[in-house]
Amino acid sequence: MLVLNLVEAVTNALDTAMANDKNVVVYGEDVGVEGGVFRATKGLQEKYGAERCFDSILAESNIVGAGIGMAINGLKPVVEIQFSGFMFPAFNQIVTHAARMRNRTRGLYTVPMVIRMPYGGGVRALEHHSESLEVLFAHTAGLKIVVPSTPYDAKGLLLAAIADPDPVIFMEPKRIYRAFKQEVPEEYYTIPIGKAKVLKEGKNLTVVAWGAMVRETQKAIEILEKEGHSIELIDLRTISPIDKETILASVQKTGRFAVVHEAATTFGPGAELITTVNEGAFLYLEAPPKRVGSNDTIVPLPKGEHHYVPDTDYIVSELRTVLEF
Amino acid sequence: MFLENFDPLKDEMIQIMDKDGVVVRPDLMPDLTDEEIVELYKTMRFSRIIDEKTLQYQRQGRMLTYAPNLGQEATQVGSAFAIRQTDWVAPSFRELGVWLRKGAPLKNIFLYWFGNELGMKMPEEVRILPVTIPIASQMQHASGLAYAARYRGLDDIAVAYVGDGGTSQGDFHEALNFAAVQSLPNVFIVQNNQFAISTRRKIQTKSGTIAQKALAYGIPGVQVDGNDIFAMYAVTKEAADRARRGDGPTLIEAYTYRMGAHTTSDDPTVYRDNSEVDEWRDKDPIDRLRKYMMAKGIWDEEKEEAYSEERGRFVKETFEDVEKSGDTPLEDTFDYVFAQKTPILEAQYQAKKAFYAKEGK
Repeated sequence: MLVLNLVEAVTNALDTAMANDKNVVVYGEDVGVEGGVFRATKGLQEKYGAERCFDSILAESNIVGAGIGMAINGLKPVVEIQFSGFMFPAFNQIVTHAARMRNRTRGLYTVPMVIRMPYGGGVRALEHHSESLEVLFAHTAGLKIVVPSTPYDAKGLLLAAIADPDPVIFMEPKRIYRAFKQEVPEEYYTIPIGKAKVLKEGKNLTVVAWGAMVRETQKAIEILEKEGHSIELIDLRTISPIDKETILASVQKTGRFAVVHEAATTFGPGAELITTVNEGAFLYLEAPPKRVGSNDTIVPLPKGEHHYVPDTDYIVSELRTVLEF
Repeated sequence: MFLENFDPLKDEMIQIMDKDGVVVRPDLMPDLTDEEIVELYKTMRFSRIIDEKTLQYQRQGRMLTYAPNLGQEATQVGSAFAIRQTDWVAPSFRELGVWLRKGAPLKNIFLYWFGNELGMKMPEEVRILPVTIPIASQMQHASGLAYAARYRGLDDIAVAYVGDGGTSQGDFHEALNFAAVQSLPNVFIVQNNQFAISTRRKIQTKSGTIAQKALAYGIPGVQVDGNDIFAMYAVTKEAADRARRGDGPTLIEAYTYRMGAHTTSDDPTVYRDNSEVDEWRDKDPIDRLRKYMMAKGIWDEEKEEAYSEERGRFVKETFEDVEKSGDTPLEDTFDYVFAQKTPILEAQYQAKKAFYAKEGK
């Protein structure tokens, strides 16, 4: 067993994948010599050479676009977009090619690539360094979106993403890259994409969260449970495809539902999850479902960021309205 | 003069003053008064003092992430000195010298790096677009600013700054292409500081120089010693005059070196040797001009000390003032999404306000 934090688990997963399959290549801005701005690819160039782990040119569109070509021609590219807010030059390639190559050629050409990107706020960063853009991808047919919230899950999910026959957007909550360590198996293992995890069972309310919001929600739940509530927490782990089964089973048991996310509220991931609950468990609901998200504003710079990202107190206050309805 | 005779395919770089402050090409020396030369120097020195103090504040935990300008002062101050106050600038994020030359209040600059959008609400006459982090995207805006200036019958030009890494982005090529095709009044300045974070210039392009990329767009391209403020001034001046005359854009490659880290979040010792940094320290743009001025008798130790002390005090006072500015008010995060708050935004704002009131925040 290794004891790793989340970003180390990502590195370990990449290392494991590269050791297992010589067709896995890893690149992106500053990924080679430096090992990435977050050191997620640290040591990989040294170990596997510059052909398998290299510094890309500074062009996100090229990073993804070239990766599509590599994937079509037999490689397994695992590319890094330095921050999810820098993804936009690549968005054209992701949406117009990566997501639809299989459909366009009726399965002749496919794009089994992984696009990793640190995402999310709460790190007092500069502009375009704090976004949560999961719905932009989730609303695109042909993409899977995965978000780990623990080191163990990060490794298992990343290896599953690399093994997946289709493009996977792998969003890493940078705020908890180094927040805590966990035992992580040294060997290869995968965690299935599309499966949520019940982190904690409860009776009166189901809360779904992912990424850095899992920890904030856990703290909020601790406070609320001291008041006598019993809350079930689900780590979604895959944004798309949604694990409807796990969510609906839980809501049918608890009768109440809330979702906590960092993304802006309106047209956010919470809207889809609540619709899922309404469609599949409406008659079980004892209170209107609730989405706890960020404001529909531009992500503020650090001096205003606390107005934006839900914190423990805000989550407590919002969840209480569902519990006390 | 420079633009006509310069062949970017030859291994040449325009230099007027060498690293020892000696004018090696008197024939190219721009017509600057002693007062103007002192002003160039002071602006560079001011920029350096701001960087040094800000890095110190950052280490003390009083400042957030900061991108220092160290070593690139001549590139910026020299070029910005060569344009008019009404000319537009589309910056990247490492152009402190340009901001200072165009009259940006230090308080605004600090406020921005301190994490408050209000900092980028500059006095209108500064005419610099906000700090731009998506690499090379600002190049496109410069072409549009130039198009609109010409369309409106104004003789303003637009200058864009980008780094060597930025030359890899599609936006860089699209902007140059559009500006060239339309013969727009633009000057595009690449601050080739040899690094995009950790990635060296040779990883970005196989071109012998960045200046020679201009040939493919059918426009002049010049490589300039970016640590020689006279060369930067003279070449930019000619490119700006040319643009203003309606003769189209120019690509200037300012050959310089990023003496500091990419930002305070970066550790350059991971990817470069200190010996390399020391070599470039010998070519420092500020030391170079000081040697020139000392030799000419228009600057001395006493003036140096007095100026540094006065500016240092000003920087300290300004920073302490900004430190007291506190957090961004809730309403500021809502008020500028649209000209008018939408009903949903208004409801979210009221709900957050009620939450703060309830929590006593």
